[in-house]
Amino acid sequence: MKKIQQALQPFTVHVILLSYTVIALFPVLLVIMNSFKSKRGIFKDPLALPTAKTFSLVGYQKVLEESAVVTFFANSMIVTVCALALILLFGAMAAWALSEYRFRGARLLYFLMGFGIMVPIRLGTVSILNTMVALDLTNTLTALVLVYVAQGLPLAVFILAEFMNQIPKDLKEAARCDSVSEFKIFFQIILPLIRPAIATVAVFSMIPIWNDLWFPLILSPGESTQTITLGVQQFIGQYTTNWNAVLSSLSLAVLPVVGLYLIFSKQLIRGITSGAVK
Amino acid sequence: MIMILKRFPWHIPIFLAPAFCIYGLFSAIPLIDTLRLSFFVEDAHGVRSFSGLQNYGFLFRDPIMAQEFWNALWVNCRFFMINMLVQNPVALILAALMATAKIKGVVIYRTAIFLPTLLSVVIVGFIWKLILSPVWGVGETMMSWVGLEAWFGPWLGQQETALVTVSLISVWQYIGLPMILIYAALIGIPDELLDAAYVDGSRPLRTFFQIQLPLIYPTLGLVTILTFVGNFNAFDLMYTVYSGAGGGPEKSVDLLGTLFYRTFFGFASQIGSTTMGATVASLMFVIILAGVAAYFFFIQRRLLRFQY
Repeated sequence: MKKIQQALQPFTVHVILLSYTVIALFPVLLVIMNSFKSKRGIFKDPLALPTAKTFSLVGYQKVLEESAVVTFFANSMIVTVCALALILLFGAMAAWALSEYRFRGARLLYFLMGFGIMVPIRLGTVSILNTMVALDLTNTLTALVLVYVAQGLPLAVFILAEFMNQIPKDLKEAARCDSVSEFKIFFQIILPLIRPAIATVAVFSMIPIWNDLWFPLILSPGESTQTITLGVQQFIGQYTTNWNAVLSSLSLAVLPVVGLYLIFSKQLIRGITSGAVK
Repeated sequence: MIMILKRFPWHIPIFLAPAFCIYGLFSAIPLIDTLRLSFFVEDAHGVRSFSGLQNYGFLFRDPIMAQEFWNALWVNCRFFMINMLVQNPVALILAALMATAKIKGVVIYRTAIFLPTLLSVVIVGFIWKLILSPVWGVGETMMSWVGLEAWFGPWLGQQETALVTVSLISVWQYIGLPMILIYAALIGIPDELLDAAYVDGSRPLRTFFQIQLPLIYPTLGLVTILTFVGNFNAFDLMYTVYSGAGGGPEKSVDLLGTLFYRTFFGFASQIGSTTMGATVASLMFVIILAGVAAYFFFIQRRLLRFQY
């Protein structure tokens, strides 16, 4: 027993954590590193850093020549940002109504939303596709936004409601005594107060939307409405022999998510630790 | 006479309407409609007629279909087992080390380990396909550093090893989520509790197993159920790694998700069917619901939640 405890000295802990960090980062770094190499360099010694001799940007040239990549990227951005904005706004409104007001049926509505957290929206795909065909929305970004909003709302409502419950009563009562309207209370007092929770919800909702392959594949596989995830999948399929292009497109696809995560990460941890996710 | 008119609280429906309309139209109703569609058959002109349990009968009696379904279910169960046995224990260890050992640089470790979770499955699938590819030889070279090159094989392509390999890739990608949830739960335990244990002479390991671990059981339960739902709904990784919903070598990595896609849209020579797709989706719904219900009835009720 004592031996194990001695073994858990900071040094050992660092070694263990560092080893796992290497496992987590190595594949990504390997790809990024090789995307800057010539074809010869990639195959001759895949584990070497690019040197003056093997350095090459030919892969990136190839990818950026494909003008479609820019479209795919823009599509993903539009879908993610629109869906996120609607999830946060509608989710916060519903969470406020459910957590603040007592009315008949509130429990039922809560249960209905809770159901959506547990049961994946994918199982309704058959019927969603029928609906989108009926509404003439196939191959549009609108279809994706609608589905992602429906997918993201349940978790958003739950996390935000939990947060809103912690807001002190006095604040709201004071506003009501001054006969401030319910809408003003929500938009001007409550929304600014739950900013950390909103960041948490934003990150949790953003990842599955940006990375989803299923719905783009089914609802909008057309050339002009492909998202970057689907686009990269097909682009790589076309160029499996052109390793430069494959590695560069993979590297480019990694960047935006990492950027967005770094923006939100501080808020994310604060949101989780202060009880947003329980 | 003073009359106090209680006005109808219009603001409540206005707050609720947008969320519930979109959720209802594009999530709840489609789900119910999918269950309904599983009781219909479609003829060549797309005309539907009620057929009772005919689809289910076909699924369980047709030799090919039944074999595919049971295979997918069994593969999915093993996929879930591997995730539970590897992903969550490793996540717990990493989170415990970060939360309990007083060390610097936790933010860096946390961010790095969470990074793969952010990546698209498409990227993850291809990265690992490249690394494990015998053509490129990265995996083989690295194993030769520790003298294990003889053990290297085309793991993703072999029927016996494909599922374990894909499961481990999935673990690699998603370990960040359970890790961060467990980590948050661990640092949420008030210091007084741990100080009291320390003063009473409890050593770190004992404190961990007898105080911290029991306190985070609810979080471990949440992680289990999230893993379950996520695994029984998985599709993307298989689709990327095996370039389509074919199910891998000899269908050895055919999950319910890929089977669903195949029956709905067809694959290679197989023709897709809306109503059979709905039938498979309905069965997945029953399985997931059964799992979630079992969790809430048998496990969650026995867990105590602590308010600090």
